Amino acid sequence: MALLTKKDAKLISDPLADNNPITIQVLGICSALAITAELKASIVMAIAVMFVLGVGNVVISLMRNIIPSKIRIIVQLIVVATLVIVVDQVLKAFAYELSKTLSVFVGLIITNCIIMGRFEAFALGNGPWRSFLDGIGNALGYGVILVIVGFFRELLGSGTLLGFKVLGDPIAKTGLYSIGYENNGFMIIPPAALIVVGVIIWVQRSRNKALIEDH
Amino acid sequence: MLEHIELFFKSIFIDNMVFAVFLGMCSYLAVSKKVSTAVGLGAAVIFVLAVTVPLNWLLDQYLLRDGALVWLGPEYADYNLSFLSFILFIATIATMVQLVEIVVEKFSPSLYNSLGIFLPLIAVNCAILGGSLFMQSRDIQTLGLAFNYGVSSGIGWFLAILAIAAIREKIRYSNVPPPLRGLGITFIITGLMGIGFQSFGGMLTGGDDAAPVEDEQRMDYDKISEIEKKELDKKDIDEKEISYNDAINE
Repeated sequence: MALLTKKDAKLISDPLADNNPITIQVLGICSALAITAELKASIVMAIAVMFVLGVGNVVISLMRNIIPSKIRIIVQLIVVATLVIVVDQVLKAFAYELSKTLSVFVGLIITNCIIMGRFEAFALGNGPWRSFLDGIGNALGYGVILVIVGFFRELLGSGTLLGFKVLGDPIAKTGLYSIGYENNGFMIIPPAALIVVGVIIWVQRSRNKALIEDH
Repeated sequence: MLEHIELFFKSIFIDNMVFAVFLGMCSYLAVSKKVSTAVGLGAAVIFVLAVTVPLNWLLDQYLLRDGALVWLGPEYADYNLSFLSFILFIATIATMVQLVEIVVEKFSPSLYNSLGIFLPLIAVNCAILGGSLFMQSRDIQTLGLAFNYGVSSGIGWFLAILAIAAIREKIRYSNVPPPLRGLGITFIITGLMGIGFQSFGGMLTGGDDAAPVEDEQRMDYDKISEIEKKELDKKDIDEKEISYNDAINE
């Protein structure tokens, strides 16, 4: 027996491309862009969101029949806030420098629209296993965009990847720098993230014409 | 007084919620198709930030930070409850939003009709929680300054959504490449506007030096000011924005 049925596999693969939470559903952009100046921060953020969304979806799905619908928003907020506190404390304990870089954006996972959106749209109406897969799938879709943006911003902006100088040393003029290449400081400033995401959307929609909006 | 004025302009222009730290982007992109709805949501954000930031400041000061419980008695001086701040802040915000909604509905039905539908949305707007978290991490000193910070970041967010809504209304008549229509072009315009807003960074110092900011942000600002010198010609984006704003006022 296969581990995942075809329907289950679709829950994971859909958000990676044609139903991507960032580029198609326009969710979770808030905390996504500010921390993508470095690849490492993007990866950690993606993992943190994956944990919160996966576990949160299961918890909400298990409680879906006992949550009164009038106060469901506040119940959801409490569940997310608890999980985010766990993430924040773990980061502070094991990766203090990184938690400084991410600063308030770890806390802002609470109001990440992807999480509330998936709780509302999926976990409240589906069983725990499917909710878990849906959570992982959407977090992966979110992570993919974050990693792509982080990759290009770090490579073009500082000439490094995960801190390694892949393009040579800008001061000693080795590698690409010896032929006059320069880092594009423009990529480091926050607005560049928006432009990179804009270009990703452009590429994706050029490849799949069905996604084009009217206006 | 001077620090109030400084914080006011800094929060609106230099640390603009949308262009500098990307907070509240979800509703910024989703509710910016028409100027009138954008104004409604923007006003609601100013309102809620003005209420929740001072409230969370009080919570932070008297309950959460290291040694904050000392007013209960000297034996409580060692408690540090700051790990609870996320859950308390978001609970305060969600409660306040509900309360504000009920009060506004009772006393001003006309205001409720224009703001009402946006209020539930706001509980999960990152700009609101972000306002409280930045208030905490930037160590704002007094209740008055916290109120000022709430109002001025709200105004910054309001200006941003107003500007993008006006641009999106106009861009309907332009010939945008089909794959960029809608979301894509909005992202790129927001990026360009953000670059324009970066030039406000010189406002507090007169332009030549980087603004005197907290050390964790210092490095970023140094990098930015170098780039700014290279890209002074980006100013015309600002001018465009101003003319859009004028168009709205008319």
